[in-house]
Amino acid sequence: MPSLLHAPTRREILLGCGTLFAWAYAPKLARAEGRDPRFLVLVLRGALDGLALAAPVGDPDWLKLRGDNALALDGKPSALPLDSFFALNPAMPNLYRLYRAEQAIIFHATATPYRERSHFDGQDVLESGLTKPGASDSGWLNRALTLLAPDERVNSLGSKAFAVGPVTPLVVRGSAPVMSWVPQYLLPASDDTQARLLELYRHTDLKLARALEGRKDLIAVARSAAMDTMEPQDQPTAIGMARVREYFADASGAAAKYLASPDGPRVGALSLFGWDTHVNEGAATGQLAGFLGALDGAVAAIEHSMGAAWSETVVALVTEFGRTARVNGTNGTDHGTGTVAVLVGGALKGGRVIADWPGLKPASLYEDRDLAPTTDLRAVMKGVLKDHLRLDDAALAATVFPESRDVKPIAGLLA
Amino acid sequence: MAQDHSDGAAAEAVLALHRFGLGPRPGSIAAIASDPRGALLAELERPGIGRIDNPELLTSAQSARAAFEARAERQAQNIIAERAKKAAEQAQAQAMNGEMTQPVDAPRPAATPQTEPTEAPRRPAAAPQAEPGRTPERQNFLKEVKARLDAAVDAEIGFAERLVWFWSNHFCVSGYTVANMAGGYEREAIRPHVLGRFADMLLAAEGHPAMLVYLDNSMSFGPQSVAGINRTRGLNENFAREILELHSLGVRTGYSQEDIIRFANVLTGWTVISVVDNPEHGAEFIFNRRLHEPGPQQVIGKTYPDMGVEQARAVLLDLARHPATAVHIATKLARHFVADAPPPALVEHLAKAFRDTEGDLKEVAKALIASDAAWASPRDKLKKPCEWVVAMVRATGLRGDPERFRRGQVGLGEPLWFPPAPQGFPDDEATWIDGIGRRLDIANSFAQRVAQRADPNGVIDTALGPLARSETREAVARAESREQALVLAFMSPEFQRR
Repeated sequence: MPSLLHAPTRREILLGCGTLFAWAYAPKLARAEGRDPRFLVLVLRGALDGLALAAPVGDPDWLKLRGDNALALDGKPSALPLDSFFALNPAMPNLYRLYRAEQAIIFHATATPYRERSHFDGQDVLESGLTKPGASDSGWLNRALTLLAPDERVNSLGSKAFAVGPVTPLVVRGSAPVMSWVPQYLLPASDDTQARLLELYRHTDLKLARALEGRKDLIAVARSAAMDTMEPQDQPTAIGMARVREYFADASGAAAKYLASPDGPRVGALSLFGWDTHVNEGAATGQLAGFLGALDGAVAAIEHSMGAAWSETVVALVTEFGRTARVNGTNGTDHGTGTVAVLVGGALKGGRVIADWPGLKPASLYEDRDLAPTTDLRAVMKGVLKDHLRLDDAALAATVFPESRDVKPIAGLLA
Repeated sequence: MAQDHSDGAAAEAVLALHRFGLGPRPGSIAAIASDPRGALLAELERPGIGRIDNPELLTSAQSARAAFEARAERQAQNIIAERAKKAAEQAQAQAMNGEMTQPVDAPRPAATPQTEPTEAPRRPAAAPQAEPGRTPERQNFLKEVKARLDAAVDAEIGFAERLVWFWSNHFCVSGYTVANMAGGYEREAIRPHVLGRFADMLLAAEGHPAMLVYLDNSMSFGPQSVAGINRTRGLNENFAREILELHSLGVRTGYSQEDIIRFANVLTGWTVISVVDNPEHGAEFIFNRRLHEPGPQQVIGKTYPDMGVEQARAVLLDLARHPATAVHIATKLARHFVADAPPPALVEHLAKAFRDTEGDLKEVAKALIASDAAWASPRDKLKKPCEWVVAMVRATGLRGDPERFRRGQVGLGEPLWFPPAPQGFPDDEATWIDGIGRRLDIANSFAQRVAQRADPNGVIDTALGPLARSETREAVARAESREQALVLAFMSPEFQRR
C-alpha cells in the first residue's frame, strides 16, 4: 500500500454523501421582474486554503511566506493573473475563462464570524448562519427559502426542497422540506408500495411521511425533465484523482440539471469534500491543485448543464475557514481563519477580486498565523440573496443571518 | 394470544433488543422476556464477547504489507507488458525497414524480451486470483466486512456489538486513507477494550498505525528533533487537535492553540514503519526518537518531562482521567443509545459512572442498563442505516451478504469504515431522515431476494411483537404481495426507530 506513507490525505472525500439542494417556493419578487433566478451553494468541507486558490502575488511578503509552495506568475505552471495583485491557481482554467468573461467574482480574506479552528464547529457556523456553533437545526439557505413567497407555489409538486445524496447538509435543513436524490443502482420500490408506505406514515409518523414525500416529488420532477439516471457510486475504495473529478462533475452537473428544469427546484446546495490539506498540499501542481481542478470541472459541468438558465444563475463556493498562512512541518497547512469565497454564474457582474487586503506581515496575520479576515462572508451571501432572490434587508438581518444588522449586504454583485 | 402481563414483559424485551441490541432474531423476544435487563448484562459477561476470533483474517499490518506487495507486483507486470508491447512494435518496424537499419544492440523481437529485469516477480504474469477481477486487497477487505456482519447477525442480543460500533465510530479511521488497515484496526484497537478501560482503548487507538497514518502523525517531525533539523521538516498539529476535540475532552473545553501545538510536539516520534523498506515489519508501530521533539512540554497546565514514548502516554492517561472526557463520552453514549437530545440526568449518571470507575467501560455500560431514564425515553431515535439493515437481516433469520451489505451502506450514505471525516458518522435524525427514500429502495431489493423464505407476519412477530401498531399490521396484511408486505414491515416507524 504505497499510499500508506506517501499519499496525500484524502480522507474527506465521501462519494455516498455528496450533495443536496433545496427548494420549493418561487422567488416571487424576482419573477415579477421577469427573472427566474437559480442559486446553488457548494460547501467545500475541510477548510480550503484561499491563498492557494487565489494568491496575492503582488504582496511583497507572499514569496517569503510560502517559498516553494507559493503560486507565482513565473511559476511552472504559472499562475493566471486576475488583476495587478492577485493570480488564480492554474488548475482552474474554466473559472479563469468565466472570470475573464465577467461571470466570476473572487472575495478574499473572508471568514464567517467563527474564530476557532474546529471543522465541525466551523461548518456549523458557516451553514447555520448563526454567530456561534451548536444548537441549530436549520441552515441559512433553508430559512431564506421560507421567506421567498410562502403563499405562492411553483407548481403542484408543492413545497419541497431538493437533495442529492443520502445525507442532508445543515445549510438546507429546516422547515422548508427537502427532497433528496441519489444515483440509482437498485430497482426502486413501485409507486404503489411507496403510496402504501406513505399512507402508513401519515397515520403513524409525520416526520417520516415528510421525508418520504420529498422522494416522491423528486421522482416526478426527474420524470418530467426526462433525466438520465447516473452510474452508481458503489466503490468507495482508495480514491484516485480521476474518480474525484468524475464525482465532482457528475454531482454538480446533476444538481444543475434539476435547477435548470422548468418545474424543478430553484435553490440548492451540495457538499464537496477533500480540502483538509495538512500534508503535501502542493501549489500549482499536487494534491490541492488536483482538487481545485476537480472543482473547476464541477463549475464547467454546472455551466454546461444549466444551459440557457446559466444567464440567471449564481453559484457560491464557500468553506468553513482558511488555513495557516505559513506552510506547516509536513508541507501542508493547518486550520486557519481568512480564506476566499467565489461567486460564479451568468447573472453576475464579475471579473473582479473584492478584498480589503490585510497584508501578510507577521503582525498583520491573525494570531500571527492565519490570513486575517476583513470581509464577513455573510455580507457576500446577503448581497446575493438581496439582489438575486430579492430578500429584504430586515429579513436577512433577523431571520437568515440572525444578529447581523451590522453586516451590510455587498451591493452591485449582479449584472 | 398473549396475556397482558406477558405482553408488558415482551414489550420491554423488544425495547431492549432494538434500543441496546441489533434487533430481534426469531425467538429472541421470548428468550429474554423474563428478564431483559439481566439478559443484556449477561451478554457482557460472556467469554470472548466483543471479539472476533477468525484465523483467516490478517492483522492490519499484514494486510497493509500484502496490499503493498500486490500493487508493486501489478505495477511490475504492467511494465513488463508495456515493454513487451514496445519490443513487438519495434520488431515490426524493423522488419518493415529492413535489416540495414537494425542497431547492433537492439532487443530481439521475441515474446519474452531480454529487457526483463532480473528482480522480476516470481509469480507468472497472469497471477492466479481466487476471484477474477478482485484484487487480493479487495478480497481481504470483504473478508473483514463479512466477519463484522456475521458478528452482528449472529449475536444473541448485540449489545456488545453496538458498543463496538459506537467506539469504532468514536475513534474512527477512514478507508479513504487506510482502507487496508481499517478492519484490522477495529479488531486490534477497539474490540479488546470495549468492556475494558477507556484509557487502554485511548492508548490502543492513538498508538495504532492506522490512526497515526490517518491523522498525519506518522509524518509529523519535532522541529528541534534530529530528523526535523536534518530534513527541515516539522510539526503537523492535526493529530493532537483531533485527540483533544474528538477523542477525549471534546470541543470548547478549555484547551488552547498552544496546548495543541505542545501536545503535537509530545506526539512526535509516534510513527509507522515503512512498508516500502521493511517487508517484515512494515506498517507496524514504532517510536522513533529521531523524530521526537526533545524537552519537557506543558499541556493544559501540566508539565510533562521528556520520557520518549512515555511522554505522550502520560498525557493520554491524564486526558482519559479529565472530567471533561467523562462528560463528552457520557453525552455521546446517551445520544447514541437513547435520544438525540438525551435526558441530562442520564448523561450525568453515565459521567458519574465513568468518573467513579476511572473509565471502566463495562461499568459504564451496566450503568446505562441500570438507568430507568435510558428505558423510559420515548422510542423515537431513528436508527442509523447500518443498525436498520442488520435488524432487517436478523428479523428474517437469514444470513447477510457482505458485498451487498457493503454496497447498500454506500448507497445509504454510511459506507462501512469510510467515514467522511475524523468525527465519524453523525448520530442524529436530521442527518439520516432524508435518506428514508433510499431505505425504501434497499428494503425493496432485500424483500425481493428473501420473499420466498420470509413470512411477513412472522417477521412482524419476530421483530416487533407487541410493539407493532395496528396500522402497521393492517398495512402488512393488506399488501398486494409478500414482497410488498415485507417492505412495509421493514419500513414501518416501529422498525425504523428504537
